[in-house]
Amino acid sequence: MEFLVSEAKLISGSRWLLLHAVAVFAFLYLPIAVLIVYSFNSEGVGGFPPHHLTLGWYRTLFADGPIWDSVLNSLQVALAAMAISLAFGVPAALALERAQFPGKALFRRLVLLPLILPGIITGLSLLMLFNVTGTKLSLVTIVLGHGTALISVATTEVFAGLQKLDRAQEEASLDLGANYWQTFWRITVPNLKLPIIGAALLIFTLSMDEIAVSFFLIGRDNTLPLEIWGRLRRGITPEINAVSTIIFAFSLVAIVFWYRLRMRGESAAEAGTELVGAVEEEAV
Amino acid sequence: MFSRAYKVAVAVPPLLWVTVFLLVPYLLMFCYSFWSVSASQTIQHSWNFDNYLQLLRVDVYWQTLLRSMWIAVRVTALSLLLGYPLAYFLSFYAGKKKDLLYQLVIIPLWVSYLVRAYAWKTILGSDGVLNTLLQYVHLTKHPLEFLLYSPFAVVLTLTHIYTPFAFLPIYAALEHIPRNLVEASHDLGATPGQTFWKVIFPLSIPGVLAGATFAFVLSLGDFLAPLLLGGPSGIMISNIVVSLFGAAYNWPLGAAISLCMLVLVVGLLFFSERLEKKWSFS
Repeated sequence: MEFLVSEAKLISGSRWLLLHAVAVFAFLYLPIAVLIVYSFNSEGVGGFPPHHLTLGWYRTLFADGPIWDSVLNSLQVALAAMAISLAFGVPAALALERAQFPGKALFRRLVLLPLILPGIITGLSLLMLFNVTGTKLSLVTIVLGHGTALISVATTEVFAGLQKLDRAQEEASLDLGANYWQTFWRITVPNLKLPIIGAALLIFTLSMDEIAVSFFLIGRDNTLPLEIWGRLRRGITPEINAVSTIIFAFSLVAIVFWYRLRMRGESAAEAGTELVGAVEEEAV
Repeated sequence: MFSRAYKVAVAVPPLLWVTVFLLVPYLLMFCYSFWSVSASQTIQHSWNFDNYLQLLRVDVYWQTLLRSMWIAVRVTALSLLLGYPLAYFLSFYAGKKKDLLYQLVIIPLWVSYLVRAYAWKTILGSDGVLNTLLQYVHLTKHPLEFLLYSPFAVVLTLTHIYTPFAFLPIYAALEHIPRNLVEASHDLGATPGQTFWKVIFPLSIPGVLAGATFAFVLSLGDFLAPLLLGGPSGIMISNIVVSLFGAAYNWPLGAAISLCMLVLVVGLLFFSERLEKKWSFS
């Protein structure tokens, strides 16, 4: 962190702030570092110092059928949830920005609620719905749960994009004889490309990681977080560290991709806080 | 500019979806909370207040709720103590490194919640990383047992998870403070301390409120960290709900507790929004 000192405008007191920042970063990254280091530790999880570094746990992992089945399940769930959230979240954003209808305020709050509510409430209320309607729990019920909870992500991202959008292009398209359907696909969607891709990435990642809602809607087939959860309850092996390390690496790629995308027009800070800010302003 | 047909086409599908998968389930939860379970383990659709009376009468329920709130309060306070100075440092002192450091705060959010909680378990366990490190450097002779399976472990883990959530809105609020206000304060002779407490901090209060709400609500409803790290003394209210929906098989009572949480959370969001409006300057 030495580079900070030279860059920052150091005035009295800011040295403590710098120390504090270093400490907080250490706190945030300690578990991640431990996770990665012990994925190479032949002696299992825990124990200091780690020794006999090995790739053995990765080899075990690649031969582990159930884990890869659950990864496949999670990928399917995330893709399907992404489709549902976008299919309903994008029109919801259009409706919120452009239409007046009774119950609009309630609608907006309902859409955003699952993002701030503890997952247990969303999960249990859907469990009751599926129970009353006699729906068998399966990956489909998890998809419905994720899809519904993450509509909020698509709506907030696209709504923010719409507010920056110049309506003149759409107006021109309509004046020149294109119908609403053509205008939507040829003008509105291309103009909202960035928020839509951003929302899709975010929904995908959140769904891959989601456990609180899935916990209650799980059928016979596990998603990856639930497979990990099952193993954690039985006892811990560095194999979990190995799979988490691999997923962390993939997430990093997604993050870099996402920031590249968002940096094109606005500062990174704007991009990330947009969602959280929108949720907080509109959640109630 | 947009025809009636367009508005209907964009509004009706999401309205229907949200009604079926959000509104109806919440209403069902409301209904369930007034039903009961018979001795033969079937749901009785007879309406009464028994579940709510039981919540008041049986100590373990409201005691666990209070303990959960106390854990959430500690998590919120710690997240703010860690998040606020960090946000302040980034916003005012980090210079060109600002964006990079900002992303470094966000990145842990992309590592699975479950995996981070489990990493803390491997750090805090009696033969975990911390205890073996302490013995390795001869600071302790025996493993410290209070580290894992205690409310301490739950508070530590939840603080780790929700600090970025507290940080984000505070940072956004600090970034939105016009820098000429800060300069004006300096020019008019205020010390850095006065500038902070009289100009910067009051303007950042909406961000603090938003961050605090996030940290409190999400940690209040958590049930995975207590299951992994809490032990018997770290049980939280959601764990009781989970067992009522599982082995204990009393969905109506579980629904009543969930509904209390829902009301508490929505009330808190409402209250925090009112306060944020009061403190926002634009």
